[in-house]
Amino acid sequence: MSATLRHAGYVLRGNPVTLVAGFGASLLIVLAIFGPSLVPHDPVASNVPNALLPPSARYWFGTDQLGRDVFSRVIAATRLDLLIAASAVSLSFAAGATIGAFCGYVGGQLDRWVGRLVDVLMAFPLFVLAMAMVAAFGNQVENIVIATAVINLPFYIRFARAEVNVRRNIGWVEAARASGNSHAQVVLRFLLPNILPAMAVQISLNLGWAILNAAGLSFLGLGVRPPTPEWGILVAEGARFITTGKWWLVTFPGLALMLAVLCFNLLGDGLRDILDPRMRT
Amino acid sequence: MTAPLLSIEDLHVSFATRHGVVEAIRGISLSLAAGETLGIVGESGSGKSVTSLAVMRLLDRAGRITKGRITFRGEDITRASRRILQPLRGAAMSMIFQNPRAALNPIRPVGLQIADVLRAHEPLSAQEARARALALLEAVRIREPRARLDAYPHELSGGMCQRVMIAMAIACEPALLIADEPTTGLDVTTQKTVMDLLAETTARRGMAMILITHDLGLAAQYCGRIAVMERGKVVEEAAPRRLFGAPQHPYTQRLVAASPTRDSTVASLVGETETEIPAAPPLPAPAATRGGRLLAVRNLVKRFGGTTAVNDVSFHLESGESLGLVGESGSGKSTLSRLICRLIDQSSGSILFDGAEIGALPARNFHQSLHRRAIQLVFQDHGESLNPRFSAFDSIADPLQRLAGFGRTPALRARVEECADRVGLPRELLHRFPHQLSGGQKARVGIARAIACRPRLLVLDEPTAALDVSVQAVILALLDRLRREEGLSFLFVSHDLNVIRMMCERTIVLQTGQVVEEGPSGRIFAAPQAAYTRELLEAIPHFEPDVAEAVGV
Repeated sequence: MSATLRHAGYVLRGNPVTLVAGFGASLLIVLAIFGPSLVPHDPVASNVPNALLPPSARYWFGTDQLGRDVFSRVIAATRLDLLIAASAVSLSFAAGATIGAFCGYVGGQLDRWVGRLVDVLMAFPLFVLAMAMVAAFGNQVENIVIATAVINLPFYIRFARAEVNVRRNIGWVEAARASGNSHAQVVLRFLLPNILPAMAVQISLNLGWAILNAAGLSFLGLGVRPPTPEWGILVAEGARFITTGKWWLVTFPGLALMLAVLCFNLLGDGLRDILDPRMRT
Repeated sequence: MTAPLLSIEDLHVSFATRHGVVEAIRGISLSLAAGETLGIVGESGSGKSVTSLAVMRLLDRAGRITKGRITFRGEDITRASRRILQPLRGAAMSMIFQNPRAALNPIRPVGLQIADVLRAHEPLSAQEARARALALLEAVRIREPRARLDAYPHELSGGMCQRVMIAMAIACEPALLIADEPTTGLDVTTQKTVMDLLAETTARRGMAMILITHDLGLAAQYCGRIAVMERGKVVEEAAPRRLFGAPQHPYTQRLVAASPTRDSTVASLVGETETEIPAAPPLPAPAATRGGRLLAVRNLVKRFGGTTAVNDVSFHLESGESLGLVGESGSGKSTLSRLICRLIDQSSGSILFDGAEIGALPARNFHQSLHRRAIQLVFQDHGESLNPRFSAFDSIADPLQRLAGFGRTPALRARVEECADRVGLPRELLHRFPHQLSGGQKARVGIARAIACRPRLLVLDEPTAALDVSVQAVILALLDRLRREEGLSFLFVSHDLNVIRMMCERTIVLQTGQVVEEGPSGRIFAAPQAAYTRELLEAIPHFEPDVAEAVGV
């Protein structure tokens, strides 16, 4: 474990971008956990006399049309957005990597059929598919998670399939069989852990994308409902006031969204270097 | 005496790594006259490849010439700019790489690739370049050269790819050719034809050649002078006969002793200096442990699509016996070893192990069989056969947990440590991952894993092919000792006939999936019956002075 940490330290020192991204992502996680109890104002309590105030020392990001503190709402939204993104990505990673790994290992008919199915799924405009799913099943948080997971699934299946396929005849797979592992054990205990570093990049990129996706659904009114603070909703609500010069309503939630996506995208490459044991010496 | 074609004076090359600066070349001086052939031999990490890259000035960014001078045709090129080097590379000095398939562009016909080299240095039209490329393919004696011009690398065999590489290297009539392990990975008979071609081409065109190889026999047979490198230094330099007949430096002596020859034994390879493996108590001869037939293979056939990899093979193996399986690539020896290990299913035929028909159980379910632990496998590429995410301990523990019912208990640790001791792997290395181990250590982990469940039959698929000769010698001695101590039977697959002769009592020669000869190893080597066996034996390069003289080198 300490070797892993030392190695992580080494990678981060040589790669300041990853360090910054890692710091940003950790900050987001801290805010997601403790944010709602740290904010200066109640994110949902309206205070109409103070409506639409520009940023000031008291209201850092200004207030909205109901006099709610935008800063508090942006911070409070972190938890929900990260939760949706993380659950969706975990779901599609767990399902997609397993399905893809088995397809890549077994090959043949199974591989062909799953491959075609994935092609069909990818032929849909994915965001529209997610919208349709949320519209059909109702816009609860679980459905947003499932919709986001489903549209990410094809990428994980393809990725895991390709990564396993190049390793299926490698020596240590044969050695594992000779050591008494069944095919299923070879896939789960040997192949999956080995493709993890490469998949970490995908996961990190995907987290950013999933946050955007969830915010996009909310922006269109198909996601989380107001008054729950959520970046997509905040941007959607603020957009109504942008023509009257109330720029702070969209700018700050939009910036939060952008920074979150950027952090996870930049983190990807660094993660691969940290997780790959061959990089360690 | 005229000035040498190439001279290297006190060359130092170092690489910047994460653990600081590593000196790969620590002051070597060599010189090469026009038309001369110099061999550079050494084991992995000795710096022989780095030397050639330094001469070509092809070191990657981490590598730097820190001291010394390289003079080519009287011109100092140690710090020459790209502008000066570009016309030299390919035209005045060229290089042949180890893996011809990887060195060729896979999406461009080979004829065009040869033409590219020509047109980079001479103003030629496409037709002229094509005609010259054809002439070059004829010069390297590729069959049907006209048809090969438009072939892609994947349509050619390894030997043909290397001929194409040679054609490219000699295209512009360079004065110096550097061949870096040009035949590693090629079959022994292909190796002979490729090396004969190289020797003849360089002689006819008056080219100087630097042959970099780990194979002493190859160097002895084709080089006028040989430099032995060890850890970045040239330790000895002499004509082959002097070098191998009376090696002066202790390292050369060890290297010569460790190289298998016509009459070496496992014991003679490691010499008296071997102290790493504790001496085993005197043991009964293998014959005494024999107890009936362990394995009987009958009419075994394996087809892949339209090709038959194993074609009606039958043989048997007595308990305690060591049987050698010799053949070149495509002979079906690897397929056969996987069939016997029950990793793949046969198309037809039977495999009787200890009287039980194990061929009837599908390979998919063989992990549940009681015989699984009795038949184990040692792989060729030890690096590739270890899970990169498993420590050495995990790799050895895996079969014990799967097949011998060990839990994560102190008993498991005890058994893993015992296995490590048996193969001479220091216990403190058990927590390391494969990439933190040397080739020899990885080989030991692979062997420890194979013997962990106390198997009765060990199938060894080229277990030393990827190792340096000195490591090979130690591993062979280890295997030989384990066989006696653990009462194992060996099915020893190899392309190296000298290794088979030392390790096996009986030998089977395979060619294109069929058995062409079978008999006691001594007889096969002394008096081969099949023409193919004779061809294999003749292709082995020898460095013993007496033998070299006998074959007229």
